[in-house]
Amino acid sequence: MTAELGLAALWLAAALALLQLMAGALALTARGSALGGIVRPVAVVQGLLALIAFVALICLFAVTDLSVKLVALNSHSMKPLVFKIAGAWGNHEGSMLLWVTVMGLAGGIVALVERRLPERTMLATLAGQAFVSLGFYAFLLIASNPFERLDPAPLEGNGLNPLLQDLGLAFHPPTLYLGYVGLSIAFSFAIGALVTREVGPAFARAMRPWVLGAWIFLTLGITAGSYWAYYELGWGGWWFWDPVENASLMPWLAATALLHSAGVLAARNALRAWTVMLGVVAFSMSMVGTFLVRSGILTSVHAFAVDPERGSFILALLAINIGGALTLFGLRASTVTEGERFAVVSREGALVINNVLLCAILGIVLFGTLYPLVAEAMGAKVSVGPPYFNPMGALFFVPMLLVLAVGPLLRWRRDSVERFGKRLLIPALVTGFAAVAALVVGGIALLPFLGLVLGLGLAVASVLPLRDRNLRRTPLPIWGMVLAHFGVAVALLGMASESAWSVERLVALRAGESTSVGPWRVRLADVEPVAGPNWTALEGKLEVRYGGGAEQVLRPQARSFWTPPQQTSESALLTRWNGQLYAVLGEQASGDRWQVRLWWKPFVTLIWLGGILIALGGVLAVIGHVASDLRRIVARGKIAYRRERQGR
Amino acid sequence: MSASPRSRSWTIWLPLALFLAFIALVAIGLFRPADRNVASTLIERPLPEFVLPGSLPGTPGLRSAELKDGRPRLLNIFASWCIPCRVEAPQLAELKRSGAIVEGISVRDRPEAVQAFLAEHGNPFTRIGADNAGSVQLALGSSGVPETYVIDGRGRIRYQHIGEIRPEHVAMLLGKLEAAR
Repeated sequence: MTAELGLAALWLAAALALLQLMAGALALTARGSALGGIVRPVAVVQGLLALIAFVALICLFAVTDLSVKLVALNSHSMKPLVFKIAGAWGNHEGSMLLWVTVMGLAGGIVALVERRLPERTMLATLAGQAFVSLGFYAFLLIASNPFERLDPAPLEGNGLNPLLQDLGLAFHPPTLYLGYVGLSIAFSFAIGALVTREVGPAFARAMRPWVLGAWIFLTLGITAGSYWAYYELGWGGWWFWDPVENASLMPWLAATALLHSAGVLAARNALRAWTVMLGVVAFSMSMVGTFLVRSGILTSVHAFAVDPERGSFILALLAINIGGALTLFGLRASTVTEGERFAVVSREGALVINNVLLCAILGIVLFGTLYPLVAEAMGAKVSVGPPYFNPMGALFFVPMLLVLAVGPLLRWRRDSVERFGKRLLIPALVTGFAAVAALVVGGIALLPFLGLVLGLGLAVASVLPLRDRNLRRTPLPIWGMVLAHFGVAVALLGMASESAWSVERLVALRAGESTSVGPWRVRLADVEPVAGPNWTALEGKLEVRYGGGAEQVLRPQARSFWTPPQQTSESALLTRWNGQLYAVLGEQASGDRWQVRLWWKPFVTLIWLGGILIALGGVLAVIGHVASDLRRIVARGKIAYRRERQGR
Repeated sequence: MSASPRSRSWTIWLPLALFLAFIALVAIGLFRPADRNVASTLIERPLPEFVLPGSLPGTPGLRSAELKDGRPRLLNIFASWCIPCRVEAPQLAELKRSGAIVEGISVRDRPEAVQAFLAEHGNPFTRIGADNAGSVQLALGSSGVPETYVIDGRGRIRYQHIGEIRPEHVAMLLGKLEAAR
């Protein structure tokens, strides 16, 4: 019953999306303007219906209804409840349903609250949103029905991939999806603005909270994903340039650029065509990323392979949505004037350089991700990894850091080198001092060296915009910017420190034997079998001491799951303020020796702390922008109320 | 920001051009799934351990332990969505007629699709295991479909045939089976 309810809600939502598209498009013509009134309510109901379908799926997973094929394939009655629920989106069909749900709800909220834009632009925006949604509804209903029944129902489910039985990971994909799909709103706003040629500050202000929100979720998603890969895969690395990681990084880069250019458009009415373009590109990157992940076209450690039928469907959606948007852009962009002019040395100038550099990095990541396909089309087989991405990325990242340090100190429109040069004295001194110190210490490779030196300089420069301000009256978005830029410096310092000073040790130990890694003494006390709800494991007991400090215990495991059979290694981490000790228990070496892999990673936690700070900066900015929007709405309401009373 | 109108009208279409190139590229990649051949390093080694559920509802699955019963056999990795797999179906049927035991692993497939595939092209397989995540396929060192392994009676991989079995390969595979006896 629940399954049929969900399916019915999904069909209805699809029908309403069609209605929303037709009514929105017709209302733009002279004859159909009467239809405009229904577009907003339809968008809201469409979002709610999608939500009902998604809740139905969650209920089916929560009660483990094995007569539903998706549940039987992906769940198991013995699984803890939270993983049963997470199982609802831990598979292809469920995640696509989550996708349309978030998209429908976001469209509904826009329809409900956005009143600043001209009504025609809103109609075009909502029609655009419905068009994109409709494609995904079709995909769900035709090629990936999540509510399909299985007759006869099996007695037990197939389980969930044990690698995915992890709290962090259960909530990692939805976080990224909120980000990806949030960008669909920016995409729809861009379409609306192109159709009605209304590209201006109001468009940028309407779009900005959505871009910021999406960007916050992407930042958190990438940060969490990186930490997950770090402790779950047991390889000690935190970023592998894997296609799936790149798929989340590319929309983030585009959204970051969009965020900054939307800021210029909102404040100065400049960079119009460029902002619209980025609005299209950001969501396109989300869809391209999803396609690359979901089609299984690129080989990846994540390997969510799906058969080519679905791959072709998503490819067709991509071609229609992105191809259509870019064609519209091509047709309309020449009629969108470029807006206000500005000097090269100005806040706008710095933001343009920042945008170009971000897009260059985006291009490098995209090219590196796709290059194996290019090579294959020419008959060669390659895999592209850090030797390409790290130096190529750094080539543009280093100048971007310089712009990032300077940009916020510049004035809008025009500035002089002499004026802001003085303000950069302190960060320049810090950078120089750090460079000398790092050279004296010695033994640091070029990239970590640059990271340490520039990271320290940026950390100082990022707080300078607060120097001449009255802190109480500083608007929240400024605090947000400072915090986010400071977060970039913190993350960079973590990356550089990890890369410069990590110590690795791979040893075969008998129980009772000791070794050392960095400042740590490590003794393998024992290895014993332990059991969990659906796995058994060999657990090593490691007694560790930092310097002469107190003894602590680490328990890395080599786990075997039985539904489905799979081996994973559960690393054990010990976090101190100045870094992490990372231990992995490997296979039994000859006789009674055990392979133990240890890393001491100084300040590695700064990488994720920086990511969280960046996201927090975004949160402050969203709160600031939304609060000032609300204040404006309330003020306008009060004026209208007063007028009404005076009128009486 | 000061580009002339003419150069701007050219750059405006650049994103679309790049995007079309991307679509062309991935379309090629998508429809040539069998082209990612990486030679297996598992030749002359025992089969990796695996336990696969049956590919069709109610049929037995396939486990590596069952392939060590002293009889050499073929292990065919296929998928209903793979065009070359259709091409090789008559050759697999002929191999079976000649007395070869053929085991199957269906990769990233759905039961109803496999059923339809077998109904249309015949079922030469003794058992079919469903490798829904492609993990056994990777463990076997196979990178695409179809691929066919010659396994000897002790469960060792003796030969890996990449791509579809054409009529001229049948005698060769029978020879390899004979040599693995």
